[in-house]
Amino acid sequence: MQPIISIKGLTKTYEGGFQALKEVSLDINRGEIFGLLGPNGAGKTTLINIVCGIVTKTTGSVTVDGFDIVDDYRQTRSRIGLVPQELPTETFETPWNVARFSRGLFGKPENPGHIEKVLKSLSLWEKRNEKIMMLSGGMKRRVLIAKALAHEPEILFLDEPTAGVDVELRQDMWSVVRSLRESGVTVILTTHYIEEAEQLADRVGVINHGKIILVEEKNRLMREFGKKQLVLQLTDCLAVVPPELDDYELELSESGCELTYHYDTKQDHTGITALLAALRTAGIKFNDLSTSQSSLEEIFVGLVNQEA
Amino acid sequence: MNLHAIKAIYRTEMTRMMRTVVQSIVAPVLSTSLYFVIFGAAIGSRITEIDGISYGAFIVPGLIMLSIMTESISNSSFAIYFPKFTGTIFELLSAPISFVEVLLGYVGAAATKSVIIGLIILGTASFFVTIDIAHPVIMMLFLVLISVSFSLFGFILGVWADGWEKLTIVPILVIMPLTFLGGTFYSISMLPPAWQTISLFNPVVYLISGFRWSFYENSDVAVAISLGMVLGFLLLCLIAVWWIFKSGYKLRS
Repeated sequence: MQPIISIKGLTKTYEGGFQALKEVSLDINRGEIFGLLGPNGAGKTTLINIVCGIVTKTTGSVTVDGFDIVDDYRQTRSRIGLVPQELPTETFETPWNVARFSRGLFGKPENPGHIEKVLKSLSLWEKRNEKIMMLSGGMKRRVLIAKALAHEPEILFLDEPTAGVDVELRQDMWSVVRSLRESGVTVILTTHYIEEAEQLADRVGVINHGKIILVEEKNRLMREFGKKQLVLQLTDCLAVVPPELDDYELELSESGCELTYHYDTKQDHTGITALLAALRTAGIKFNDLSTSQSSLEEIFVGLVNQEA
Repeated sequence: MNLHAIKAIYRTEMTRMMRTVVQSIVAPVLSTSLYFVIFGAAIGSRITEIDGISYGAFIVPGLIMLSIMTESISNSSFAIYFPKFTGTIFELLSAPISFVEVLLGYVGAAATKSVIIGLIILGTASFFVTIDIAHPVIMMLFLVLISVSFSLFGFILGVWADGWEKLTIVPILVIMPLTFLGGTFYSISMLPPAWQTISLFNPVVYLISGFRWSFYENSDVAVAISLGMVLGFLLLCLIAVWWIFKSGYKLRS
């Protein structure tokens, strides 16, 4: 299937010589939620802004649904909705008016029914006639999403959509994003909350120092890069790990009461059965055990540190 | 042509005018009325007629010009500067619109406001003096062309400005003095010959002269030259705005 966004060899050098993007190539599939992760200054926002037409590229090409973002800018921009990282709002306007304005600006005829639907889906309906300056930060964030959705975009860019938003509102927004995906909208999400990408994204791209260092399906990424560990709470604490258990590279906690074993779920044999047998042979008893898997955040930090 | 976008921008800008009706309409009408009271009634009563026109009536075209030039610049510069200031400009830059559509929306609304204000001031002036308009069509042509030209100029100013000071400095330090020295309150022919020559380098002289001609068939310079100056200024501004959008000057990084 043809990607809905295709980026090839994209570079951006700002006046002053700072190179924000270095030969970035990336395809976004139609209908997916793509999580673009990267530390501050990695080039996420520059990449989004180029696709949306806010920043001009230096070299390379970007197509949206087969249309070039420069030559066919009307076609590409009318398909895109953008929720920016900052909270720029028309202070003296109302949510209803700004959503209606956005719809018109993107070339769509008036449709009060659609605006009503969008405002209701974002719990803004009750606030539709209040001045935006009177709304909370979270509500302003919703207004920005409402503006982006007012013209029924096929692609939605969410640049740090839940920054500064409380937990409840974050959950609401995740729900909105999921329902958008169900309706066929392609969502590109940048976030500092890796948990957000872990919850929502189908695929994840990691960008650092202006370069894409990895693009992978989230589940596969977590399988391949993620590690699992087995933690045993010992009945009798140990001073050192017995030499006959050296093959398992066990970690003994400072207290000597906890043994940790790292294993790889991709391998045919995790070694857990053998380890438990070896513990029994060594006369080491335990009264509890637990397993845990490394989070996307740990994988992300590992990748970025490795690249640095 | 993205007509929905033009309509959206135009409507939003006109709504802003109605929201700030005191600032947009009442203030210029009040200040113009004060000019009439001071220059027309108090001082004007001691000045003899100029070229057969009572002083109060003579200053009407100049006062309208003064208002529509400052209002056009103020309205359109603020309209584009404020989104830059608040950051909402991102939406305009990411929308499927061309510079022509942006101009039709913003400049069209600013010019409309100016024309409305010009006509309100004309109506206000008629309470103070008797006004005859010899060429109403040409009067409207000048009114519209000058409103559009200076709205374009204001748009350029709004894009160029990166602070509130810059936004106000040009109208106060350039436009206001040029207007006052451009024959708003006097005929250029009343000046000594040297100053008459210097005045001809002031573009506002041509605007006021042409506009006044449409009222009283009386002008400091030929009306064709005035019209040519207005059209020339309009063209210059259009080229500048076209270049701004093409290069992304102060809009796109």
